[in-house]
Amino acid sequence: MKRFLIVLAALAALPAWAERNALPTGMPAAYQSECGSCHTPFPPGLLSAADWKATMAGLEDHFGTDASLDAKSAGAISAWLETNASRRIQAAGKPPRLTTTAWFKREHREVPTKAWQDSRVKSAANCAACHRGADQGRYGEREIDIPGIGRWED
Amino acid sequence: MRPYLLLLGLAVAPSLWAAGPAQFIAEYSAQAGAGFTADAARGKAFAGKNWGVSEKLSSCTACHTENPRNPGRHAVTGKTIQPLSPAVNPERFSDPAKVEKWFKRNCKEVVGRACSPAEKADFIQFVAGAQ
Repeated sequence: MKRFLIVLAALAALPAWAERNALPTGMPAAYQSECGSCHTPFPPGLLSAADWKATMAGLEDHFGTDASLDAKSAGAISAWLETNASRRIQAAGKPPRLTTTAWFKREHREVPTKAWQDSRVKSAANCAACHRGADQGRYGEREIDIPGIGRWED
Repeated sequence: MRPYLLLLGLAVAPSLWAAGPAQFIAEYSAQAGAGFTADAARGKAFAGKNWGVSEKLSSCTACHTENPRNPGRHAVTGKTIQPLSPAVNPERFSDPAKVEKWFKRNCKEVVGRACSPAEKADFIQFVAGAQ
């Protein structure tokens, strides 16, 4: 009986354990306070190291905004992004946009057009509009709640 | 009696030494020069003014809404912005480095130049007093 309960507990814990946090350990505090003030603190694994490098090199004109940082913060953020960057995701354009990769499109192919157009979503980069744990790096299916549609279940 | 006094002291002390909106208003007003008094109505007009510099980030209220007590939303990314009102969100106007950083960044982007100490004092007067 006791063994059975242990197995049961392990199985119950599995989904939470299997859903790795998308913001790997070692995240500089400045990533949340600088980058994460204006947009979702994007998971480093959504771009290649080369694209993160290009993004960090162009912060003076960051999608129309001057998002330049002090050298210390920029160095710490760059190192963490590049260390945890994807080794599979392809180049995402110039400037790199993580919402344009084949991976991003494939993952979101079932999302109806009306959800993208909802004023509460506004931008495909507004991860937290639907992924309610995005600011903490949680993208598990159980935390998906799409404005105007509701919970997402396959 | 003494424990009560001690507790009262602990409760009151942080508001005496921690930076709050009043300290920022006083500091910026002093920088603005003799005879300057911060004015909430001027601050409200400043916050709502369309500066014609950025199409989407046209005014402070484009993201922060007209009521500082309400959460805002970034006009480009859609990200939720916590309320500016220190009465609702005590983190606001508590850290001088943060306050200066955001005035610097947002004034450049929205107003198209650095904001003057007088503008900053008026703005905080408006935000802190919003009901």
